[in-house]
Amino acid sequence: MKLNTNSNIYTVVYAAVVVVVVAFLLAFVSTALKSKSDANVENDTKKQILASLGQRNVADADVEATWDKYIVADLVVDTAGNIVNEGKEKDQAGFRINRRDIKPENNALPVFVATVEGQTKYVLPLTGKGLWGPVWGYLAVDADGQTVFGAFFNHESETAGLGAEIKADYFQEQFKGKKLEDAATGDVLTVVKNGKVEKPQTQADGISGATLTGNGVAAMLADGVNMYRPYLQKLNP
Amino acid sequence: MASLFSKENRLAFTEPLSLNNPVLIQVLGICSALAVTAKLEPAIVMGLSVTVITAFANVIVSLIRKTIPNRIRIIIQLVVVAALVTIVSMTLKAFAYDVSVQLSVYIGLIITNCILMGRLEAFAMTNGPWQSFLDGVGSGLGYAWILVVVGAVRELFGNGTLLGFNVIPQAAYEAGYVNNGMMTMPAMSMIILGCIVWAHKAYVSKKTK
Repeated sequence: MKLNTNSNIYTVVYAAVVVVVVAFLLAFVSTALKSKSDANVENDTKKQILASLGQRNVADADVEATWDKYIVADLVVDTAGNIVNEGKEKDQAGFRINRRDIKPENNALPVFVATVEGQTKYVLPLTGKGLWGPVWGYLAVDADGQTVFGAFFNHESETAGLGAEIKADYFQEQFKGKKLEDAATGDVLTVVKNGKVEKPQTQADGISGATLTGNGVAAMLADGVNMYRPYLQKLNP
Repeated sequence: MASLFSKENRLAFTEPLSLNNPVLIQVLGICSALAVTAKLEPAIVMGLSVTVITAFANVIVSLIRKTIPNRIRIIIQLVVVAALVTIVSMTLKAFAYDVSVQLSVYIGLIITNCILMGRLEAFAMTNGPWQSFLDGVGSGLGYAWILVVVGAVRELFGNGTLLGFNVIPQAAYEAGYVNNGMMTMPAMSMIILGCIVWAHKAYVSKKTK
């Protein structure tokens, strides 16, 4: 007997079977690979945090060792600047907080404490919106809570060659030595349009043709500095 | 083996490279061709991913083509493509994380690439798996080389680099050469693509006369 592939029953059963098969297949692949891809994501996060401390292009195999060498604690602070969790156990406190959950309403902000050449640095995670999708970054701050030691930015879907350049070293390098805030004028660390830097203390030069991504980074910096201000002030009373 | 590479099968592979190029002649996949060609590297990666996925989607659909109910065939094709793309993306995430990060945006674009739907509907639904595989690889590569050419031109003149390496010597900049910022704008890929279509049409019509 030849099946009538145009009958309603056949069509419905066929669609149902295909969907169930595909669903099982995807669920299987996803669970089988989950532990591996989670480990990759964690490794990548560590790489990004290390990049903000000037440790760029760490090889995959060396990430753990470099991480242990520099990172002392992963604190959690609240929006009033009090330390909620000392983060003494390796990667159990601040590191567990998802990047998307770093907002004032959650009242749990991670801070990574690092020692670079004997000096204490604080790495603050930042999140914001670019032109096409999320942008994020890590800002390493000196023990005075004011001077930028290094910065790392990344993005999900900014335009290659334009907004995507926030990921480039030359853009990130210029943040070194800038101030989070200028107490006298009230300026905060920001990104201005390409070639329009007037206050080199707090302004970073944007990328030509990527003004909107630059604005996104500027807003992210402003939000981040605002969120962490109480904590940073306690660092240097 | 001879029948595997019969004239007909060779045609299935070579036609999409030039005479029946998916981008130049069928005008499919233009949207993603414009989106990922600001630099050479994403263009290459996107071209290769589309090639792999078109080839395997073609094979799978060709294998089940006789069982697919006619009225929901597009939906079934889409399910096959989407499942394939998701599996590839999860595998990359687990075994080649760096590549998957670069691909993050484009992976999603592959599902909506009309070359896939076009080849599945026009070829795989009526041909055997091996031929469909060749057609998929050919169509994918036909798409890939266009992306690579556009990507190379745009990166070379827009940033002065190829694959991130400086190609234009520093001396040229000192002599007053400036990178053309226009090239990094999406509109320029439209214009470059137009020029390629023009040159290709001229070449093809001369050849067929």
